[in-house]
Amino acid sequence: MDVLYFAWVRERIGIPKESIETSAATVGELVEELKAREDRYEAAFADLSALRVALDQDLADFDAPLAGVREVAFFPPMTGG
Amino acid sequence: MKIAVQEAAFDPGAELNSFSAGHAEMGAIVTFSGLVRGDGGLSAMEIEHYPGMTERAISRIAEEARDRWSLGDVLVIHRYGRLEPGEVIMMVATAAPHRRDAFEAAEYLMDYLKSRAPFWKKEVGPDGQAWVAAKDEDEDALSRW
Repeated sequence: MDVLYFAWVRERIGIPKESIETSAATVGELVEELKAREDRYEAAFADLSALRVALDQDLADFDAPLAGVREVAFFPPMTGG
Repeated sequence: MKIAVQEAAFDPGAELNSFSAGHAEMGAIVTFSGLVRGDGGLSAMEIEHYPGMTERAISRIAEEARDRWSLGDVLVIHRYGRLEPGEVIMMVATAAPHRRDAFEAAEYLMDYLKSRAPFWKKEVGPDGQAWVAAKDEDEDALSRW
């Protein structure tokens, strides 16, 4: 699946997008998998309360299942308007 | 309904005129424009967004507004990229038979665009760059709807 990062999440991880092969069942499991990879992921995902997630471009929760999902995006709370 | 997410500057006056022109049966049009506020020595605002999700989220918010109020039309234009103080970031317009619907729907659109449309603002100022943090009051504003 494609994993996208925006704003300071993108800056901490250092890339806007990557393709990931994962067997994670939920967003939370995917986050744990990413955190275990490298420090920059650990830094980006240190505080989940400061993060939002979208699955196939719809806002979702961290316990949401990943089955059938093609695109996951992580970002801070939005500041539009 | 017009929804535009664009890097280019636009003329809110011209947008208002063309929005108004097609709605002879509407008695009220409300517009809101958000500008880059150049306080604290701010030199620029950099706006990032999530292409695809942004348009989808704004469309959904606009549809919700049309379901809740008696509206003839809705306009949302939101820019991204680098903007300088005084530049127009975004504009919302609502057309309704009566003003109350137009005012309330415009406020609803603004409240939801603030915290449910995937935009992120970064301020560039004398002390460097900093991402704008979401405010609790913006999240709280949604509860009144």
